[in-house]
Amino acid sequence: MSLVIDSIVKSFGRFPALKGVSFTVPQGALVALLGPSGSGKTTLLRILGGLEAPDSGDVRFADLNWLSVPARERRAGFVFQHYALFRHMTVAQNIAFGPSVRPRRERPSRADIARRVEELLDLVQLPGLGGRYPSQLSGGQRQRVALARALAIEPRMLLLDEPFGALDAKVRKDLRGWLRSLQERLGITTVFVTHDQDEAFAIADLVAVMNAGAIEQYGTPQDVMRAPRTPFVADFLESGSNRLDA
Amino acid sequence: MTRPRFDNPTEDPVAARIALTLIAVLFIGLFLLLPLVVVFSQALSTGFAAARAAILEPDALSAVRLTLITAAIAVPLNMVFGVSAAWAVAKFDFRGKSVLTTLIDLPFSVSPVVAGLIYVLVFGLQGWLGPWLRAHDIKIIFALPGIVLATIFVTFPFVARELIPLMTDQGRDEEEAAVSLGATGLQTFFRVTLPNVKWGLLYGVLLCNARAMGEFGAVSVVSGHIRGLTDTMPLHVEVLYNDYQYVGAFAVASLLALLALVTLALKSLLEWRYADEIAAVHRH
Repeated sequence: MSLVIDSIVKSFGRFPALKGVSFTVPQGALVALLGPSGSGKTTLLRILGGLEAPDSGDVRFADLNWLSVPARERRAGFVFQHYALFRHMTVAQNIAFGPSVRPRRERPSRADIARRVEELLDLVQLPGLGGRYPSQLSGGQRQRVALARALAIEPRMLLLDEPFGALDAKVRKDLRGWLRSLQERLGITTVFVTHDQDEAFAIADLVAVMNAGAIEQYGTPQDVMRAPRTPFVADFLESGSNRLDA
Repeated sequence: MTRPRFDNPTEDPVAARIALTLIAVLFIGLFLLLPLVVVFSQALSTGFAAARAAILEPDALSAVRLTLITAAIAVPLNMVFGVSAAWAVAKFDFRGKSVLTTLIDLPFSVSPVVAGLIYVLVFGLQGWLGPWLRAHDIKIIFALPGIVLATIFVTFPFVARELIPLMTDQGRDEEEAAVSLGATGLQTFFRVTLPNVKWGLLYGVLLCNARAMGEFGAVSVVSGHIRGLTDTMPLHVEVLYNDYQYVGAFAVASLLALLALVTLALKSLLEWRYADEIAAVHRH
């Protein structure tokens, strides 16, 4: 049940965002899409989530022609860069949103949903905060609510767009270790976008280095670090993670 | 030891502050409060009973009824139109979007009298559809449908104008999140998009209602001024005033002004009551 991405092409007007991207993510792996802004990594993530349609190419996942599955039926847990929490709903209502919009016959009972929300709040280490509104939470807490909301739909894959981008350095380090162990425990195939190589190398099983709509190198963090395959990858690693391209 | 005194760098000199405050108070008093007071005092100049009688007179009651019916039709329709238009403009990119935005603003830039004339030219007896309408015995001009149409035209931008900046500002993120969580288009709209703009919507509807009840120019052209039949409250005020029935005119005008005051009070009350929730929706 691996995720196979095959020759994805996408342009916005005359701007080519993805120029034929292919790679395979093994079942349960955590893959980082690493690259500068404008390299097409977020576009690829949005295509996997069904928020954008490619011009051509194929994606297969779980024996499905993934691209022909409508976004709302994919059960791809998407965590947005700025979390996109529903601001008029409490934390608990946010997390309950996915289960409560299911068709009536598949919908869990109210009590089941409430129980599930409590479990997820415990899982993301925010017990007792279900009654708060997103505006009353810190950045790190919102992040974890967004993750809990995505997990509530029992996702088949997790898609994280710069999941730690808006957090300060200390919180970022704590959260990424926590996220990694959680992902390992749940065993959900996960793709996450980042421009921070430290982050990518610290937690990913596989790293896809992207530049200008193409994959420059795809391999384990060790391989990429030890043997950059193109001048771009070497430069990108060289220039360090403190670049101001966020 | 006395400490040296410094002027607060962000504070203006006392004289300037007093002068500005005075100007603001005088302006508001002269141009907003005084007319309001005059309307009510004129209405009550010969006593409360006379004002009451002027409002309870059959033609006045019919005008009140017509105004309420017109608003009851025009406001909900404009609420639906306004929300749809704002939703399309703010959440989607499509060809002709700037044309649509300009069209939404059209009623603000066109004189209401011209708006009324447009409907006369289209639906009137000598108009494009006039002969066909007469053949089928449908009355639009000089009847309720014309008044409602003119009112809808004039009040169209209020809801959309209120919502477009709000919805644009909120972006599409939450809608995308809803879809990725499994929501259908309708669920997304009613559970995410609409609740996020409900206060703006309410404000737009209140303004729309105030204008719908107060509209004079456009309605005046299409109404035909048939007393007790096609006179709305603002038209009835004019008729009474032109007949030198000042008490009656000002009594009905007071009723209109009262409607405006109630609208404002309602809005303030809601804002005060739900301040926390409004802040939560607007903060990021």
